[in-house]
Amino acid sequence: MKFTRRHFTGFAGTLLAAPALIAGRGASAAGARVIVIGGGFGGATAARYLKSLDKALEVTLVEPASTFVTCPFSNLVLGGLKQMEEISHSYDGLEKIGVKVVRAAAESINTDRKWVNLPNGELLKYDRLVVSPGIDFRWGEIEGSTFEAAEHVPHAWKAGTQTVLLRKQLTEMKDGGVFLISPPGNPFRCPPGPGERISMIASYFKTHKPKSKIIVLDPKGAFSKESLFAPAWEELYPGMIDYRKTEAGRVVRVDAENLTLHTEFDEVKGDVVNFIPPQFAGEIARKSGLADDSGWCPVNQQTFASTLAKDVFVIGDASIATPMPKSGFSANNQGKVAAAAIVSGLQGREISDPKLANTCYSMIAPNHAVSVSAVYSFDKGKLHAVEGAGGLTPADASAEDRRLEASYADGWYRSITTEMFG
Amino acid sequence: MRMPCTLLVLTFTFLSASAYAAGPSAILLAGTCATCHGVDGRNTGSIPTIATMDATNLRDALLAFKKDERKGTIMNRIAKGYTDKEIEAVSRYLGSRK
Repeated sequence: MKFTRRHFTGFAGTLLAAPALIAGRGASAAGARVIVIGGGFGGATAARYLKSLDKALEVTLVEPASTFVTCPFSNLVLGGLKQMEEISHSYDGLEKIGVKVVRAAAESINTDRKWVNLPNGELLKYDRLVVSPGIDFRWGEIEGSTFEAAEHVPHAWKAGTQTVLLRKQLTEMKDGGVFLISPPGNPFRCPPGPGERISMIASYFKTHKPKSKIIVLDPKGAFSKESLFAPAWEELYPGMIDYRKTEAGRVVRVDAENLTLHTEFDEVKGDVVNFIPPQFAGEIARKSGLADDSGWCPVNQQTFASTLAKDVFVIGDASIATPMPKSGFSANNQGKVAAAAIVSGLQGREISDPKLANTCYSMIAPNHAVSVSAVYSFDKGKLHAVEGAGGLTPADASAEDRRLEASYADGWYRSITTEMFG
Repeated sequence: MRMPCTLLVLTFTFLSASAYAAGPSAILLAGTCATCHGVDGRNTGSIPTIATMDATNLRDALLAFKKDERKGTIMNRIAKGYTDKEIEAVSRYLGSRK
């Protein structure tokens, strides 16, 4: 065994390797090939931690985009508080620590023969595979909601050109116009995201287009952080937001050409329409047999190993991590758990139980944010939110506390994106 | 060649218990801290730096948040999710990073 090549950059690597080293077992999984599909909050984090836990691993990230645009803070772009450049990140930092980045969309996975097919015909062999493809939209499930329609009626629920399009529509909208938004039913990416989006656009209207209105069509009977959003909207944006729920909010048809959403009882026209379609796991996971009938990917919640394919781990929004929400923070934590489990497994060491957390900040106005958090422990084969921990920002939290939370939201964004992208 | 690394030996000494126990490892616990406080315990925004805190300070702060003896924003809610033993383990781990 050669230790000379083991120059760990992170403390984590040193520590994790320590017990095996001293026990005299094969500490390094030198040369083992780990492929990560998808370079978002789950995949980028997993790639970095795999490499820092065992530098001798061959870690390859397969990701078609050269720039990753984060969904977190994309609502701030819509509200005019951030620019696209501020939420765009390159993979150079991962390449610098020795992760091989392949700019391609994985075409298929052969989970029996353990390889990933690329569009150019190339095969990438793996010993362990991490699949972190995020979400795709269930186009057509609601009449008129198609990929093409989203060019007129953007979802902006994957950040990037869709964010730019929705922002452009909002800035070009006349004062006195209607912004019509429809979030999906559960489960979906970023449960408090619609509330934050409504807040950010209300904040923009208040300053720039004060006669404008926001109509929300939500098929759910309640929404994330409602007890914090609703009173804040009444105070900050009185009379601007008309929130319709359940049957009154269930969209059955999208008429993109006429900027109209149909419910069973009504048709509602907007000047700018943001229809967020129902979702399922990213295509590569579904077509590789990693998803069940629900469209999401079942996993062993101790390690995030797929229950449907050996040596494959599914993390982030695509996985069934209930009770964890589909959030960037969750995906990041899951990336660390999966990386540790993979490295422990390859090094022949015992896999410890996970303990995860989630915190989602939501901006309600500039310098005003609230949060929800939870801690998750593993017991009797699944994750449980620890009772008595977590929860929402208290309803009576002071303006100063809310200002602090907005500042911490910014701090969180800096830390998590630095962790992912260097 | 055995690694002449005192850090490694030191850290092993107090990690050995948790590394083989069924509970979560200190490394994974610390990974959650990093998401907000930064991989090196320094956030470039306004989130308090934990890099300069020693194990005792970290443990005392976390326990105080847990018992609501110290007021934070989310840390009270987060700290309540961890056992005293986990707080002890993660504090020792983070406090050893110098």
